Amino acid sequence: MSENNETDDITGVETTGHEWDGIKELNNPLPRSWLWGLYGTIVFSIGYVIAYPALPLINSSTAGLLGWSSRQNVANDIAALEQGRESLGQDLVATDLNKISGNPDLMQFALAGGNSAFKVYCSQCHGAGAAGGGIYPNLVDDDWIWGGTVDDIYLTLKHGIRYEADEDTRYSQMPNFGADGILERDAIKDAAWYVRSISGQEADLEAAERGAIVYQDNCAACHGDSGEGMHDLGAPALNDAIWLYGGSHEEIVAQISKPKQGVMPAWGDRLSEATIRQLSLYVHRLGGGEK
Amino acid sequence: MSDGIAKEPIQLYEARKKIHPKRATGSFRRFKWIVMAITLAIYYITPWLRWDRGEFAPDQAVLIDIANRRFYAFFIEIWPQEFYFVAGMLVMAGIGLFLVTSVVGRAWCGYTCPQTVWTDLFLVVERYFEGDRNARIKLDKDPWSFDKLRKRVLKHTTWLIIAVATGGAWIFYFADAPTLLRDLVTGQAHYVAYATVAVLTTTTYVFGGHMREQVCNYMCPWPRIQAAMLDEDSLVVTYNDWRGEPRTHGTKKAEASGEAHGDCIDCNACVVVCPAGIDIRDGQQMECITCALCIDACDDIMGKIGRPTGLISYSTLNDYNANMALATDPESATLNPDLVRDKDGKFVDAIKHFDWRIFLRPRTLLYFFIWVSLGLALLFALSQRDRMTISIQHDRNPVFVTLKDGSIRNGYNVKILNMIPEKRLIHLSVEGLEGAVMTVSGIEGAPASFATVPVDPDQVRSLRVFVRQSPENIKSGQTPFSFIATDQQSNEVDTYSTVFDAPE
Repeated sequence: MSENNETDDITGVETTGHEWDGIKELNNPLPRSWLWGLYGTIVFSIGYVIAYPALPLINSSTAGLLGWSSRQNVANDIAALEQGRESLGQDLVATDLNKISGNPDLMQFALAGGNSAFKVYCSQCHGAGAAGGGIYPNLVDDDWIWGGTVDDIYLTLKHGIRYEADEDTRYSQMPNFGADGILERDAIKDAAWYVRSISGQEADLEAAERGAIVYQDNCAACHGDSGEGMHDLGAPALNDAIWLYGGSHEEIVAQISKPKQGVMPAWGDRLSEATIRQLSLYVHRLGGGEK
Repeated sequence: MSDGIAKEPIQLYEARKKIHPKRATGSFRRFKWIVMAITLAIYYITPWLRWDRGEFAPDQAVLIDIANRRFYAFFIEIWPQEFYFVAGMLVMAGIGLFLVTSVVGRAWCGYTCPQTVWTDLFLVVERYFEGDRNARIKLDKDPWSFDKLRKRVLKHTTWLIIAVATGGAWIFYFADAPTLLRDLVTGQAHYVAYATVAVLTTTTYVFGGHMREQVCNYMCPWPRIQAAMLDEDSLVVTYNDWRGEPRTHGTKKAEASGEAHGDCIDCNACVVVCPAGIDIRDGQQMECITCALCIDACDDIMGKIGRPTGLISYSTLNDYNANMALATDPESATLNPDLVRDKDGKFVDAIKHFDWRIFLRPRTLLYFFIWVSLGLALLFALSQRDRMTISIQHDRNPVFVTLKDGSIRNGYNVKILNMIPEKRLIHLSVEGLEGAVMTVSGIEGAPASFATVPVDPDQVRSLRVFVRQSPENIKSGQTPFSFIATDQQSNEVDTYSTVFDAPE
């Protein structure tokens, strides 16, 4: 404190000697309750240090009498959350997959769970918006290779496609018509022009006419007489506007000659039954689900 | 540097000096009783007023429903996005406070502040059990006895009951009051309810019973802010030195001496009634909450000694200064009340009196204008606000989807807000997109250019809407169009513009 203390004329109180633009600070005493407040915080801090983790040690800290830890706290919260979801999860597994949408609470639970599970397990290939890309099918359109009912999607999720580690996986293989010499190169080109013509794209009609015969002899067994495809065999529809591996003449020729065959892993051994059901309903609801 | 005089050591901390306010009687005291009754009644009764809100909300007239994010005040229902109404009311409260303060000083502090009202209430209890000022001072000094213990226990118990009732009433604003009361009593209420009651009980008991004026002096910023709001024309509680000084101890003796004397007989009546423990005769002070009880006390004394009332009064600084100039002897520069009194003891006409026209000055008119404009603007906004709105979010991933038949589909998240407590059927349609049809999740029916969506009372309905255009209608790139929501019963319409994306 300054020693040049003076006394303020009006209040008769000593000043601290501090002055700002002619305003002097009076040296009024603080209320004692403030002091008690300070002592109170000191007492509280001692109690806190004893009860909670507080003092840092070399590798850890003092544990505190209450044994509280933020890690345990999170674990408890997660456990409580899972416990809260348990009954809904059981209902989800116990209810017929096609009847879940009739129960709004269960459906909301399924869609929310499916949404978060999709981001974790599916979005890497099928994209965050499920629009696919590259060789990965689009899940929001109305074209399904292996079927788009809830049950079909469930089956694909559970056992995968061409996933050899799963005994029940669905499997099909399109022959290498070109690479294995089953068809002549010109026949393949003709067949490709025919496929373009039935999907409403520009085509060499003369070649397409020749290709129609090639198609009926070699392709129609799986892809259908009019190119409508067959879900059971994973034979895509060829008469629509959607082309997983491309719809240009060259791309179709390449696919006939040496087909790309997509593999989807089975999730039955990695995800819980409830999660697979959530994902099935979620994907079905994305916009293209079949009845 | 010592000047040789032993100074008293500076005290760093100071214990509270206990104040024992004496009961005052008079017109201001009566006014304060009335304000106290009204404010307490508003506080305790409001949550119990009922209002029919249908089956989806508690039938409570005033309710801050934080869990469901609604604020109800009688016929007004406020949703979170309409919070500007609440903000506007708070701004109005602020401007209103400026207005009142610039006109009549710290009227808020003196009459309506909860700290003042509850301290007053606690003083009533104190006075009831322990007697008035002198009895209380004596009781404080008395050694402990059964009687003292009885009085103290009764007083603190009653204080605690009031405190519990105060803290208890607060939470009723946030949930259905009758249900919450039952849950509270049966021990089934949420712990937050009990914790809130406990905290507010403590603050009420400590602030109203023990800290009182210390809350105003040390905790509240308002006394400091006041200074900026008062001006020379604001009415403040004033000791009129110009007719009070010099003080005497008995008028007759003073008259006999023939010397100049004022009306103040130094009876200390104004000091003993003061709940802030100050002497108003020292002039305007930060501690003064302008409760005007000293005016009542002094008027009472003036009546008894046969002098006009108003030695302490609500006066403006300008009037006070003018009267001081009149009463100051120009030669000796000392106060001489005889300069403002005639031979019969009546005040001369040159004395300045309060004139209500001082209320109308640019500053108060400006505050009033802003306050009224805000109020009218809020009322206008309230009458014009939408009770049914939609908001649309266009899917960004993917922005469009090609379907089997070559048509293009866009997805939208549509929210329909039904902001009235009745169920409605909302007609949702697409305009400006040729041949577009939509399907709405959860709504049965073949794709069409419109859909009818039931929305529950007071609810937001979120929908996934797919809009689809067949190949012959598709324009490449972005096409702007609108969603139109219509309540065909009330004819309320809301339009939301968005875009339809197709391949470039």
